[in-house]
Amino acid sequence: MSALFDILASAGLWAAVLRIATPLILATLGALISERAGVLNLGIEGIMTFGAMLGWLAVYNGADLWVGLLVAALGGAMFGLLHSVLTVTLGLSQHVSGLGVTLFASSFAYYVFRLMVPVAGTPPTIEPFQPLDIPVLSDLSFFGPAFFTQTAPTYLAIGLAIALAYLIARTPIGLTIRMTGENPHAAEAQGLNPMAIRYGAVIFGSAMMGVGGAFLTLSAFNSFFPTMVQGRGWICIALVVFASWKPERALLGAILFALFDAFQLRLQTVLSGVVPYQIFLMIPYLLSIAALAVMARRARVPQALMQPYRRGER
Amino acid sequence: MTDTVLDIRNVSKRFGDNLANDDISLSLAKGEIVALLGENGAGKTTLMSILFGHYVPDTGSVSVMGQMLPPGKPRAAIRAGVGMVHQHFSLAPNLTVLENVMTGTESLWSLGSNVSAGRKKLLDISQRFGLKVDPDARLGDLSVGEQQRVEILKALYNDARILVLDEPTAVLTKLEAETLFSTLKDMARQGLSLIFISHKLDEVMATADRIVVLRGGRQVAERKVGDTSKAELAELMVGRKVTRPVREASTPGEIVLEAAGITVRSGGVDRLKSVDFRLRAGEVLGIIGVSGNGQAVLAQLLSGTIGRSAGDLVLFGKGVGDLTVADAVSSGIGRIPEDRNRDGAIGEMAIWENAVLERLPEFSKAGLVDRKAGIAFATRIIEGFDVRGGTPTSRIRLLSGGNMQKLILGRNLIEHPKILLAAQPARGLDEGAVAAVHERILEARKAGTAVLLISEDLDEVMALADRIQAIVGGRLSPSVNAEDVDAQRLGLMMAGEWGGASDAV
Repeated sequence: MSALFDILASAGLWAAVLRIATPLILATLGALISERAGVLNLGIEGIMTFGAMLGWLAVYNGADLWVGLLVAALGGAMFGLLHSVLTVTLGLSQHVSGLGVTLFASSFAYYVFRLMVPVAGTPPTIEPFQPLDIPVLSDLSFFGPAFFTQTAPTYLAIGLAIALAYLIARTPIGLTIRMTGENPHAAEAQGLNPMAIRYGAVIFGSAMMGVGGAFLTLSAFNSFFPTMVQGRGWICIALVVFASWKPERALLGAILFALFDAFQLRLQTVLSGVVPYQIFLMIPYLLSIAALAVMARRARVPQALMQPYRRGER
Repeated sequence: MTDTVLDIRNVSKRFGDNLANDDISLSLAKGEIVALLGENGAGKTTLMSILFGHYVPDTGSVSVMGQMLPPGKPRAAIRAGVGMVHQHFSLAPNLTVLENVMTGTESLWSLGSNVSAGRKKLLDISQRFGLKVDPDARLGDLSVGEQQRVEILKALYNDARILVLDEPTAVLTKLEAETLFSTLKDMARQGLSLIFISHKLDEVMATADRIVVLRGGRQVAERKVGDTSKAELAELMVGRKVTRPVREASTPGEIVLEAAGITVRSGGVDRLKSVDFRLRAGEVLGIIGVSGNGQAVLAQLLSGTIGRSAGDLVLFGKGVGDLTVADAVSSGIGRIPEDRNRDGAIGEMAIWENAVLERLPEFSKAGLVDRKAGIAFATRIIEGFDVRGGTPTSRIRLLSGGNMQKLILGRNLIEHPKILLAAQPARGLDEGAVAAVHERILEARKAGTAVLLISEDLDEVMALADRIQAIVGGRLSPSVNAEDVDAQRLGLMMAGEWGGASDAV
């Protein structure tokens, strides 16, 4: 037991939690805003991979790290546009289109990567984001190293979660997005354009997914390899449900999942040799399923989620 | 006229081969209520959709307060003061009342929303027109009547001076409908102008100042309410004289269904409380009551979709345990569900598939569906029951309400069921379809079918039923002979005043 406590009491664990949570926060918010407008975006896994590649590639070719994030956002937005054309304009199945985008974007990412970067024994690296030194806060004992030694994109992600929570709950555009996800016909009856709202939400959401992916190559690691997203996108889709489509709860959910993950990583070293490490790898996913079952049962699904909107047809 | 607020001029609209609106002109004065009367498919909704900018007319124009509206722009119509209350509400159940009302009323790019101003405005309007509402209630928790109130408030919140209501009573109970019409009259007195679309003669006569009749896309008549009668309007609307069928005297046969002391408990509430009734072959037993008093539960019980908690059910002289849907079908209970779109048909499936669904084993060969036999069966129903607007292979969703109901009726009656359970069979149907449905029910009665008619329409029950029982709060009154009661007495029974009534057999 004391071993478990020691893990929880280490500042290193909590620093890792925020680091692991960052890409999840960004991509979950992206999926969430798109679903709030009524469009499921299963392109998430591929868009994250593409964002990770494109952001890294930009920096590898001499761009600033922030420009790298921006490029990743644009890359994500491009696939968001593709998904919008397929699901909003053409009204195709959102599942199928999303899976198609994932397969295409992942393969395309690898293709571009191979085209631009010659095969090498060790993957080439870049100089990633460095931890931000915040006066006073970073120097606190325990809290300093636990919470205030992150890189800038982590703080950006947390700030975005709070901003989006406000946007969705309190602003006219947030209400419009919610109405579009609940009943696009009602939005149209109020003189709004549900198609445009859906395009906007999907493209913006995909840009966030791209940034979430780029965090992996520009901050968490310093190189790109094609399998690095490792199912994080799918976790984000589950986190949206876990969060009941609320950004503030998405933030919480991402941190909780990251806690499970960071915890099991440390548990592996403590109990190595006793229990096969693969068991620990499963823990965060099992706990996620359990949490999902408990938390999401009373969630209010956006009523028009996955339903194509066609003008004048009910 | 100086106080003309709306002027629709020479509007025509064609969908493919179908001329939905043919050169229609209509004007509306301040404080006036105009009823747009017509059967389903007469072009009423098309005309109003043009007014509201959902459709672009092929020719013609719409002016509001002397200003021409740009065609196909809902936003411009809203700005000009046109408010639309749709038949299928344009509301979001997961949002609050206030959120539903405020959507689209503020600039999209402002960084905050003035919720307190919105709430005040909503409450002011609600006070002014006597439309009580809780701004923070979740819309999905409200009754249908309250949801409609929100839909009206939404239009008023947008400063509508012309209010268009598309079949506003189609989804309301009788009581809610009466409340609605007194509200509408009050609005007109306060200077609003209203158009309401309807095919119900009673409400048109009771509420409108002026009536415009559409038939087959053309404007066939315009009458002041004082200068016309229900009979004339019915004829104008349908294009021929329509008479509802009359019930002939008959002698009922043996008892086919008997319920004694049946109680249904669900969610901790007794939905039916010790209910007794007897149903004989060749008679119609009318169960009358205001919606929500347990008639839905009674229908579900006899259809086999819910079980009972206590009491005995005797079917053809034999006691039954838990009645399942399969039992109900195989023992010859035909069912016309109250909500035909939800429980009676699968919209995206073909007419023939809908026709054979509940007796699939009869239409199977070697484990495969016998498509040919199914289509033949559907063709028999379509021909025998005068179902118009579809072929056996077209989707049932495309049928009008009346034709879908005729198909459901036909699906049940073509095999001569021993019992027919008809829940609100004429709800939402136009005059011609009502007459057709009633005629079929009376034919079935004559052929010896025992009919249990559940309805909240006094005229319907008095026209069709031999005996009548009222349902109030899950309790069933003793039965009375239809000959012995008038509308007033039935009204009292529906209110729960049935003391002294003896059980007619």
